Amino acid sequence: MGHELKKRIFAVASRWFVTISIVIVFTTLLLLATGTPPLEAYLLLIKGSLGSWNKITRVLQVWIPLTLCSCGLLYTFSMKLWNIGIEGQVMLGAVGATAMLKWLSPYFAPSLCLIAAFVFAMFLGALWALFAGILKTKGGVNEIFAGLGLNFVAQGLILWLIFGPWKRPGIASMSGTEPFDYSLWLPTLQSLRISPIALAITVILFIATVIIHKYTRWGLFFRAVGNNPIAGTLFGLSPQRYTLLAMSLAGIMAGCAGYFQVTGVYHRLIPSISSNYGYLSLLVVMLANYKWKPIPFIAFFFGCLNVGSIQLPLMLKIDSSLSGVIQGICVLAFLCAYRWRLRNKG
Amino acid sequence: MMDFSLSILMASVVSGAAPLVFATLGETFTERVGIINLSLDGTILLSAMVSFAVAYETQNLMWGFLAGGIVGALVATIVAFTSLFWGLSQVAVGFVLTLMCKDLAYFLGNSYTRIQGPQLSHLPLPILEKIPVIGNILFQHNIMVYLSYACIIATWFYFYRTNWGLKLRSIGENPRAAYTRGFSVRKIQFGYAILGGFLVGIAGALYSLSVKPGWGRPQGAEGIGWIALAIVIFGGWDPLKVAFGAYFFGFLQIMGIVFQSWWPSIPAQVFQVAPFPLMIFILVLIHLSRRKAVNEWLEAHPLLRPLVRFLQVNPPASLGKTYHKE
Repeated sequence: MGHELKKRIFAVASRWFVTISIVIVFTTLLLLATGTPPLEAYLLLIKGSLGSWNKITRVLQVWIPLTLCSCGLLYTFSMKLWNIGIEGQVMLGAVGATAMLKWLSPYFAPSLCLIAAFVFAMFLGALWALFAGILKTKGGVNEIFAGLGLNFVAQGLILWLIFGPWKRPGIASMSGTEPFDYSLWLPTLQSLRISPIALAITVILFIATVIIHKYTRWGLFFRAVGNNPIAGTLFGLSPQRYTLLAMSLAGIMAGCAGYFQVTGVYHRLIPSISSNYGYLSLLVVMLANYKWKPIPFIAFFFGCLNVGSIQLPLMLKIDSSLSGVIQGICVLAFLCAYRWRLRNKG
Repeated sequence: MMDFSLSILMASVVSGAAPLVFATLGETFTERVGIINLSLDGTILLSAMVSFAVAYETQNLMWGFLAGGIVGALVATIVAFTSLFWGLSQVAVGFVLTLMCKDLAYFLGNSYTRIQGPQLSHLPLPILEKIPVIGNILFQHNIMVYLSYACIIATWFYFYRTNWGLKLRSIGENPRAAYTRGFSVRKIQFGYAILGGFLVGIAGALYSLSVKPGWGRPQGAEGIGWIALAIVIFGGWDPLKVAFGAYFFGFLQIMGIVFQSWWPSIPAQVFQVAPFPLMIFILVLIHLSRRKAVNEWLEAHPLLRPLVRFLQVNPPASLGKTYHKE
């Protein structure tokens, strides 16, 4: 038993060692190629993300939507579904939250508005995911393309709202809708920008996802149907119903992420409200090898990269998209290293 | 007057869709041989950036296009190599590359943003341009647009009139049978994937050197790669239909601009985004047309039959499934 454990730890450690070395080598080469001192860039990334409490709370602001979306994707990936539409589901969540706050705030207490917005955001996210799910099960459309189409529609919808019915009095602009009244912001900790409520709900939803996956029959059914739809059917589990269920659960998580983007971060609707977090969380889950355990850590690491890279253009005159490049190399290197381990074993 | 503006409109469809023609034909090659290269959206941007940078530094468009093509081929190499020889998921690798190449393009292209660079020059074809209407629409463009016509015809000819094309299609349909027949399946798949990637790279170059000249963040070609993937399905993996799909999307984009002036109350941004979902939902309709109920309904409506038959398609049977010989 002890021997087995040692072997497993060695396997995981060597996989990560290979991945990290590849990432560092490639990133360093890339930085050298653009004439940037690599050490300074790395230091800036670390200082820019972990250098102060203020910075760390910003990282957590990214961590929240990434973790939520990744949890949602665990459901769809366990059904072998590529829910690329998660980006649009985040946007719809944001639209739902903004709509409720706009419509209800003149009549009801702020706390009530915030709760209604939370529910409606998750509802719209789930609805958007269900569209993609129905296109898949009833229309036979690949969920990647259904999701993409809906992402484009969601983007169009947000632009239309910002430049049309919800435009700022005076001029409509890419800076978004009129910011909400302070009473409609999720309360934050004194000077820090993070909302403890958002953080707590994210942690709760993460734990709930883990419990559902590990300890309930649902989680077992998801895996059973995902791995073998025919066997699932024989056991009386409808693959179609589980597809729709997995999609709507992912949509709920994404909608929740969209809600926190509106109420906790931007306090209004902006064109880039989803900030690519949906797409990025697909990478998080891939890097986590579709398992729940590493997700919070990877989401935090990706958050650090995103926040740390903000200063790069100012300090080193390089583009902040370096973070995206590093994230991509991470996943590619990991996929290759994982494969390499499997090959060596067999 | 009406006739004149219509021909200008069609001409701008033809030139605006030229890069899309290259990208979709490239992906048709790739998918027809059984491989999905999902990375198009990133590949197009990265090759657009590299070709602009190379053309700017060398002041030579030829090198620019060549560099763009090579970048496309390199990205396709990663997808094909990791899936064919290491057994990684094509969709997973392709998706990661989509995001990564886009960021890589913004990162490496930072110093080339918003500068004036070389552009493809106008080259009306003598004699042909004088043909009424058609001359205006087809023969008053740059050389790459003419090459895109040639590429459509050549691809069709290659697929359906040559032995190599037959081999290509047979591998996409049934790699095992092709292997038994003595073809080196993986090598051929690898080769066509790289060729397809090269064409996608040319598409990227065509954006930054002609259709949306220059480099910036955003460049303007964002999202096009996804549409190219959708168009390949729309066109049923058939070069002629795929090209038709590319022009149809170009038409939708132009119509967006036209409609904008008709309904000024609707924000312009909506019209810029609208062709993307439209294209994808046409795909949905096509899928729906394969259902049994539709076919029964068709029996009663013989006139509509050819149209629906035109839209009904089947993907290459081994698409996306990596072939492992036993």
